[in-house]
Parts: sequence; structure tokens; C-alpha cells
Amino acid sequence: MSEIVIQIENLSKLYRLGEVGTGTLSHDLHRWWARVRGKEDPFARLGEENRRDIKGGDWVWALKDINYNINQGDVVGIVGKNGAGKSTLLKLLSRVTAPTTGSVKVKGRIASLLEVGTGFHPELTGRENIFLNGAILGMSRAEIKRKMNEIVDFAGIERYVDTPVKRYSSGMYVRLAFAVAASLESEILVVDEVLAVGDQEFQNKCLGKMKDVSSKEGRTVLFVSHNLASIKSLCTTAVLVKNGTITLSGQVQDVIKSYLSEFNTDQESDAIDDSSRVIKGKGAEITRVALFNQQSLSTRKFLFKEKIKFVIGLNVRVQVTNVFFDLTFLNHFGDPVAYSFSSGNYSFNEGSQVIEVLVDNHFLPGDYMISLGIHKNTGETLEYIQAFKKITVSSTANENTIDYPFEWIHGSINLDSLWSIQSKI
Amino acid sequence: MAIPLTNTFDEKINPGIEKWDLVIKPRTGGLSINIGEILQSKDLLFIFVKRDFVAFYKQTILGPIWFFIQPLLTTLMYLLIFGKMAKLSTDGVPPLLFYLAGVTCWSYCSDSLIKTSDTFILNANIFGKVYFPRLVLPLSVVLSNLIKFGIQLILFLLVWAYYYFYKKDDIHITWIILLLPVLILLLSLLSFGLGILFSALTTKYRDLRFLLSFGVQLLMFATPVVYPLSMAPKKYQWMIVANPFTAIIEAFRYAFTGSGNFSWMSLGYSAAATLVILILGTLVFNKVERTFMDTV
Repeated sequence: MSEIVIQIENLSKLYRLGEVGTGTLSHDLHRWWARVRGKEDPFARLGEENRRDIKGGDWVWALKDINYNINQGDVVGIVGKNGAGKSTLLKLLSRVTAPTTGSVKVKGRIASLLEVGTGFHPELTGRENIFLNGAILGMSRAEIKRKMNEIVDFAGIERYVDTPVKRYSSGMYVRLAFAVAASLESEILVVDEVLAVGDQEFQNKCLGKMKDVSSKEGRTVLFVSHNLASIKSLCTTAVLVKNGTITLSGQVQDVIKSYLSEFNTDQESDAIDDSSRVIKGKGAEITRVALFNQQSLSTRKFLFKEKIKFVIGLNVRVQVTNVFFDLTFLNHFGDPVAYSFSSGNYSFNEGSQVIEVLVDNHFLPGDYMISLGIHKNTGETLEYIQAFKKITVSSTANENTIDYPFEWIHGSINLDSLWSIQSKI
Repeated sequence: MAIPLTNTFDEKINPGIEKWDLVIKPRTGGLSINIGEILQSKDLLFIFVKRDFVAFYKQTILGPIWFFIQPLLTTLMYLLIFGKMAKLSTDGVPPLLFYLAGVTCWSYCSDSLIKTSDTFILNANIFGKVYFPRLVLPLSVVLSNLIKFGIQLILFLLVWAYYYFYKKDDIHITWIILLLPVLILLLSLLSFGLGILFSALTTKYRDLRFLLSFGVQLLMFATPVVYPLSMAPKKYQWMIVANPFTAIIEAFRYAFTGSGNFSWMSLGYSAAATLVILILGTLVFNKVERTFMDTV
């Protein structure tokens, strides 16, 4: 039986919203007076559930009553939307800030990696920074000396090691920083979204290192990431954090599904930002565009190979004839990667119209921007809205479809293909 | 850091007793400083000190010589303004030696104080990302200033030797010089205590930062740095004597030149005040260090 190495009990963290500083002195005196009389903090009582979209009091529970145990050797992936409390949890675990209530009990040494290159001094050389950064992360001088060669090798900066880091390229800087962190030998490693830096090759190298740390060396790892593919490949269990509480924990697959469904229930705004209208309504105007997944839920997140339904609201001011629609999908560099156009010549009378489009999703996981246009057959464009909406295609697929299995993503489009093995004649 | 691994042996004998290496709780006791933890971080402490030094003279031509130029220029300036123009008395001590003694001590105090008071604000980016005993940083500031003070003390000794052996001026060494390590310790602890006290307060009330840089300038004039204590008007003398820096700096000057005031009473008062400030500073620092990331 594996033993519990981290025990989190009723852990809560209260944060103050708004401008900290105004009226602090009077608030402080109030709180102090309440404490002197043995009463509860008058301001803490106002703390409420952390819903960012609803306006409320000045105090908010970034984390509320977290209870969770982590076993020796677990690799725990923490997922949740921005601001759900993931980073707060890591901050409490790494003792950067103290909890408001509750406690965390830990066995073994915790090293936290909330950022790569903490404390790097631009004037110092690579070697000096390895000592500095290593010591900040909790390594002793002897330990760093012993690992020096390994670190320099991993970072691949042998030639630059005695040059001040301010002369480094940003890639070298990040590589060096991660190399120091990767050489940590603590029993528990807390990692926040730090792998989101560097190029693809380096990211794969980091992920590989993380895998070694967890599977070969059997260390306990807590890992926050928005990259679900890396959570899937690294973690043995996962935790879903929502509005400061743990709503689900257990199997990685289940937690990720639940996390993705969170997005589907979000009501995304259908309105179109006026700044994206490149060519403005000559006779016809697109009033709204809504996107739906296969469960007919309004969303911008789609599973791998999940069809995308567009519902386009059109306001026709002057009768138009012989028009067609087109959709352009752009990758994150802004290059068009896929195109779809309506067949037939549409004609509309004055008034409102609703048009539905069902698009096959051939996209590889990633973010894509959408542009939508109405054109006349003659080539004249009536309306064009450029890059007005972003969709995200995840690497997770429906139950009946295979997930996108890789960490790397080559290109934008997934081609249907039939593979067969021909026996040699 | 050699934190023991999970102690499975104990658990086998007493399965009921839980062994935790670390318990994170909302609030810790006021005065408790984890000395062991700080000792474990001594490597970090020295690396911080080294960083301060190396970064100080990187890309300068004169490098460490600046440690000498700074007090010399300040002394010459004081010599010109307070000595030659305002014609303040120096109690018969050669003016250059008199001002250099004051400047060497005072720049140590004011640099330590001002730099430690910025601990939280300047290092928020490090503190926000990783944990180590927070006291290590202000300690490293005082330690690197102490080394700088040591270098500047050599300069002072050279000038002093010139007057003492070569010019044979009317200065004489007193046995108080044996107290020099104590005096330096008192200066260090006093600046450190005040520094961490202010560092804790400035995270929340930034106003104090402005007040402090101004206040340290004022404090210099409330300390016998550019004038001897004997010259202070009777009416204000209590203010100057109440300043715990006064007795230490007077004793320093008395030790080397034999002029000035020295009394066990006033030095004892300074030591007591240092202790009180140190305790107060530690109390406030301990309280703030755990949650300052939320307010800084």
C-alpha cells in the first residue's frame, strides 16, 4: 500500500478584491479590534464563492475547504479554468503564501517550479546563475557542483556557460533555467504550466524529463497544465478545480471529460465585434453567429473530429440575389488553412434570415480563427467579418472515435486515409 | 538541505503517531524563528552575498575600488561643507579622520537599513515563486554591507595610521577599541532590526518607503556623524542621546581618537534599544512574511 505524502485538510484561502491599499489602515484596525475581542474577522465573513462573473463583495475565497490526499508516487494533474484556484493551490503547497484556514501536512522535501529561472540575475554568468537559481530552489552548493555538468549538458549551452545570461537568446535562457529545475532531487515536485515555454523540441524534452522523474524515479508530482494531452500522458490521477473547490478527482480520462463539458455549458456571446467587420453590410448584415457541438450545446471547444454547426443570423435591408457564403479557417499564425463555401445562388428578401452550416471537423488539435463572408456571384463582397471567432479543437475525441494520440502536432488538417498492408508479390 | 525522509521505522512501531516533515498552517507563533532552517540555507545566504558583490562591479572599470571612492568623496564633501564652510568643531580631531569615521559607520547603517527595508518589494518576484526562509535575504543584505564596511574600515585605518604614526596628531587610542567587534555587531543588529521592521511595514503601507529614505537623511543629522555630541545644543541633546545610533558611533570615534563621549550607560541603552527593535522587527517580519504576497 502506498503511503500518503501530502494530506490537505479544509484548506481555504481568502483573497481581497479591488484596490488593496485604500482604507487598509482602518480595515486593519477593525480586524485587529475584532481579534482582540476574540471575534471573527469582520471582513472574512463577507467572503463568498469565487464566481468571477458575478459582482459581489470585496472578499473572495480563491480556495474553499479543499480536502485531498496524495499518495507516494502519484502524478496528479490539476485542471480547471483560468482563475479556478489551481495556481493558488500550488502557491499554498509551495509555501509562497499562507492559507487562511486549514492545513497541509507533507512528508519529504517539496520543490516547487512555479516559474523557470526564478532569481536569475542578468549580469551573472550562466555558471553563477546555476548556483544562484539552484540555491534558491533549495539545492546545496555541493549538490549543484555535482550536477553542474549534467545541467550544462541538458541545457546545451556549454559554450556560453561563462557568459552573462543577458547575452543569451531567450531560448537558451529558458533551457538553462529548466535544466537547473530538472536536476532537483526533491521527493515532491510541484510544477505550474512551466512547460509552456520554449520550442516544440524543448517542450518534448521537458515532458520526457517529467516522465522520467515520475515513472522511473517514483517521485510524487503535482502538475498544472492547460495542455490536456500532456496531462493525459503524464498523470496517473487528476483533479478538477472549479470556483475554488475540487469538484472531481480520480481517473484522468473522467476528469478531462468533465473539464471539457464545463466549457460546453458556457453561454458564449454570439454577438460580433464591430472591429472585425472588414467590409460592412452592403445590403445584408450578419447579426450573430453561434457555434454548436454535436450535443447542440453552444460552445467554442470541440472534440477531435466533432462536427461544428454554425448558426448565422442575417439581417437583409435591401433584397439581394445570387449570393454565396464562405467560411475561412485560419491557424494561429493567421494563415488560412481550410476553406468552405456554400453551393447555389441564394436570394433573400428584406428581413431576418437564419442560415445553418454543418462543417466536418478535419482539424488537428489547436486553435483556429474563423472568417465569414457574403459575396455576390459577380465577385463583389457584401460583408466580410475577419477572424471574429476562435475555436479550440482538443485532442480528446468522442467515445466512439480515437483520440489524437500524439504530443506534437504537425500541421492543421487531419486527412482521412486508408492504410493497408499489401503482401509482397 | 537535509530534511529527513519519511520515517517509516517510527510508524511501524507506533502506527498511531503521524510523522510529518512539514505542516503548513495559517499562522505561526510570533517570535519563532526557525534557526535550523536558516542554517540549512547558509549556501543560499552566501550566494546572495556573492551575487550582490559580483553584480555591483560588473562592467565597471574601477570595480571594487568604488568601495573606497564612495566614502572618500563623501568625506571630502563633508569636510568642505561642514568643516570649511560651516566651521563645525571636530573636538580637536583632524577633520578628515573625524568625518571619515562618521561616514564609514553611517553609510554602513543607512545602506543596510534602506536596502533591507526594500526586501519584500524588490524581491516580490522571487518570493512569489519559491519558498526559502525569508530572513535569508535581509541577512544577506546586511552581510554584504558588512563586508563593504570591512573594506572601508581598512581605508579608515590607513588614514588613522597616517595621523597617528606619521603626523603624530593629538589623537590617542583607548582600550575601548577592544569593544570594536561589539560596536560593529550592535550597528549591524540595529540596522537589521530597523530594516526588517520597515520592510514588513512597507509592503502594506508604501508611504513608509518615501518616509524612510527621507527619515534616514534626517536621522543622520540626529546622530553625531558630522558634528561631535559635545557640540549639540543642550536643549536638543536629549533627542540625540535618545537615538540608539549615537552612543555606538561616539564610542567608535572615542575608541580610535580618545575624544568624544563614552559611557557604559549610553552604550547599554543602545544595546537595550537594539534588542527591543530586533524583537519587534522579528515579530512584525514573521507576521508579514507568510502572507505578504497577497498585499505587496
